[in-house]
Amino acid sequence: MNVGLFIPCYIDQFYPNAAIATLNLLSKLGITVRYPVNQTCCGQPMANSGFEHLTQGCNDLFIDNFEEFDYIVSPSGSCVLHIKDHLHSPEQEDKAIGIRKKVYELTEFLTDVLKVEKLSARFPHKVGVHQSCHGQRGLMLAQMSELVDAPFSKPLHLLKMVEGLELVELSRPDECCGFGGTFCVAEEAVSVKMGKDRVADHLNHGAEYITAADMSCLMHMEGILRRQKSNVKVLHIAEILNAQ
Amino acid sequence: MTSREQILAKILSSQPELQALPPDVLTAFPAADPIAAFATLLNTIGGTCIEVSNYEGIQKYILEHFAGQRIVSTLPELNTISEQGWENQDPHSYADVDLAVISAHFGVAENAALWITEDLMHQRAVPFICQQLAVVLSRKEIVQTMHDAYLKIGTADYGFGSFIAGPSKTADIEQSLVLGAHGPKGMTVFLLD
Amino acid sequence: MSSGTKDHAALSEIFNKDEARVDWHDETLWFVRAKRDKAAHNIPEWESLRETASLIKNNVLSNLHNYLIDFEEQAKKNGVTVHWAADAAEHNQIVHSILKKHQVDRLIKSKSMLTEECHLNEYLKEQGIDVIDTDLGERIVQLAKEPPSHIVLPCIHKKKEEIGELFHEHLGTPEGMSDPVFLTAAAREHLRETFLTRRAAITGVNFAVAETGEFVVCTNEGNADMGAHLADVHIACMGIEKIIPKRKNLGVFLRLLTRSATGQPITTYSSHFKKPRPGQEMHIVLVDNGRTTQLSRPDFRNSLKCIRCAACMNTCPVYRRSGGHSYHTAVAGPIGSILAPNLDMKEYADLPFASTLCGSCSNVCPVKINIHEQLYKWRQVIVKEGYADPKKKLAMKAMEFTLSNPFVYRNAGKAGRWFMKHAPFTVNNKLNLWYQHREMPEVPKESFGEWYKKNKKND
Repeated sequence: MNVGLFIPCYIDQFYPNAAIATLNLLSKLGITVRYPVNQTCCGQPMANSGFEHLTQGCNDLFIDNFEEFDYIVSPSGSCVLHIKDHLHSPEQEDKAIGIRKKVYELTEFLTDVLKVEKLSARFPHKVGVHQSCHGQRGLMLAQMSELVDAPFSKPLHLLKMVEGLELVELSRPDECCGFGGTFCVAEEAVSVKMGKDRVADHLNHGAEYITAADMSCLMHMEGILRRQKSNVKVLHIAEILNAQ
Repeated sequence: MTSREQILAKILSSQPELQALPPDVLTAFPAADPIAAFATLLNTIGGTCIEVSNYEGIQKYILEHFAGQRIVSTLPELNTISEQGWENQDPHSYADVDLAVISAHFGVAENAALWITEDLMHQRAVPFICQQLAVVLSRKEIVQTMHDAYLKIGTADYGFGSFIAGPSKTADIEQSLVLGAHGPKGMTVFLLD
Repeated sequence: MSSGTKDHAALSEIFNKDEARVDWHDETLWFVRAKRDKAAHNIPEWESLRETASLIKNNVLSNLHNYLIDFEEQAKKNGVTVHWAADAAEHNQIVHSILKKHQVDRLIKSKSMLTEECHLNEYLKEQGIDVIDTDLGERIVQLAKEPPSHIVLPCIHKKKEEIGELFHEHLGTPEGMSDPVFLTAAAREHLRETFLTRRAAITGVNFAVAETGEFVVCTNEGNADMGAHLADVHIACMGIEKIIPKRKNLGVFLRLLTRSATGQPITTYSSHFKKPRPGQEMHIVLVDNGRTTQLSRPDFRNSLKCIRCAACMNTCPVYRRSGGHSYHTAVAGPIGSILAPNLDMKEYADLPFASTLCGSCSNVCPVKINIHEQLYKWRQVIVKEGYADPKKKLAMKAMEFTLSNPFVYRNAGKAGRWFMKHAPFTVNNKLNLWYQHREMPEVPKESFGEWYKKNKKND
């Protein structure tokens, strides 16, 4: 199995540990992973701001970097969703379609493709899980509270394999954190209030760590936690699934 | 071009290719005891369900609870306890009717709504303007869901009809539920054997 | 509207100055969302019911021309007068001409978001006609001289103490009295008096049936019925998209509407108006006002499927924390944000951006409108049509340049440096809006790319 690692730009720049944990976790599961060094960004920041027409450069670069792989795996639901929904190329649309079908968020790759049922990880802490919207509602990583349907959760399925980990219940299990890309500055007041409320839900239920399958939401919540001088930390789910 | 022609022309050039209607929906999960379901729901939406075996039971209940008040009814069985000739008055005069007693075609178990058409109201304003509403319903006339309700209504002709579920209510002030917004403050359903 | 030139972000910032009040607003609406969830979960076939409703509405949009003609024909047979209005101005003139004919200078109106959209009250006031809104929430905002902030709960932004003050001033209730039961009773007396003295009533329309020419109006208070059955003239105003094909389709929509809106199994009154009562005149005004334009936009026409339940507002984490008035349009929230740009793209260019695209709105929508996808698409249209901020345009171009060139990206600086200046969360930041209430991420000693080069590349 030929797996390409897609590391979103802000994870590359700010959260290398999440990327390293992803790489190591996959290696531990016997998967050979290669990171194409010429990758940059999926183009989502521009597209979500209404500038999808400026993303062709990013799209073409993405296709060049990743077309050769059987699977493309990324520790970010949001960026994966963007590729799945919006990767196009007038000149090589067949390749774009191929990539859209083989790109996976990390937890869905672990549950759906590798069908992982056991992990050797230990993390003896109380953990709150933030359901990032694009992963949850876009990629359907977990059942959504709005729908009348059977419950399931790919991230929780994996976290339950981690020794010593205690999950905390939240009052609002799948409310948005308010990051929203450029929304976080364009709508600063509401974004901050959403972030504070989300963080408070985790704090009120005794979480020591907040985790998610998306680092961008965690970056937003981390900014708020650190401003509040809280001891609660954020960790990408790969770092917990890979913890010893 | 009139606005009518203009609007219709624009629609014709804008509407997408014809998409078929889905198949009719039937009740998927019927209540095991629709009468009990109806009564429970009526209670939760602020109404009261009284089981009676005949009109004497209804008369007795009304006399116990509404003695000396202005009572109008569309039911000849209640002539002795209700005002006569009210139908010919100006509907505005019903504002001080304390109790209006009418009947319904049928009730719906899933929401405790009663289907009542104009012919059962005699005057359209009555069930809405009275202070308290009472409706007589045969126990046999309770359907499961709104799908069954419309099957029962079918192509019936009426000038006006309404599903009425409980007393008039509002929660417009801070989501606090208050019964008796403009219309009836209470609703009693007499379930008749 | 009353917002002047402020956009959603600026109006939300003002709303957020009182954090305790934002918490109260958020909790109140979350409570409504929770009631909706409970009601939906009581219907095991909920999702298939939504799908059916969506398919019926798809059929309506694809056959609207014929359905409107059928509806008109049936309504006329029923003795109802049918009018067609191309825009808000014509709608208002039609209503005015009916009132003039009957020499009516004061009337009552039950809830109709269409008349809000057309600013009917203001127009009639200019013509010397007094309109009293009879829905309690609408009456409250009318007394406060504000527009409704929510299409189902018009005064949800108001605290009971503020309503008590308004009632003290206008209805003479005792000062300091804020008990909802007492205030509702006071409004009941005041409005029942009004019902008895008005000869004309305006109502909205929830559904209009092409097959029979009847229309259905849903209320909990009974105000539409009180108004219509006592008045000599009943004028029902409806957008052309309110048509449904058959009477039996009502079974599907009435099961979904109120469960989605408030969690009730059905509204107290679901009234089917087919013929005027003897001696009464009944009018229906069919209004376009931009709807045919929306129908012509394949990406956005599904917004016309809306049945105005407001579930998307109650679930929207942005709406709950910014308030309905921050949307500066008659229909607020996610659905308003995809309807309004069709009416005036420049005025409402901000609204599609007032969302995190979390997608909860699309999940609660009883007719399955892809609201969050349309928000994304409106963003593209608004930028292409030239309504984007020029500063944002430059920033996006700079970002595009860097991000589509791996060499530039890698050499833009060591880990984090380029991002600190240009990342999405700091991109248009003269005052560094991120940092006002959030710490910046810490810059690691090396990027993942740098780490990989050192540790893995030659594995």
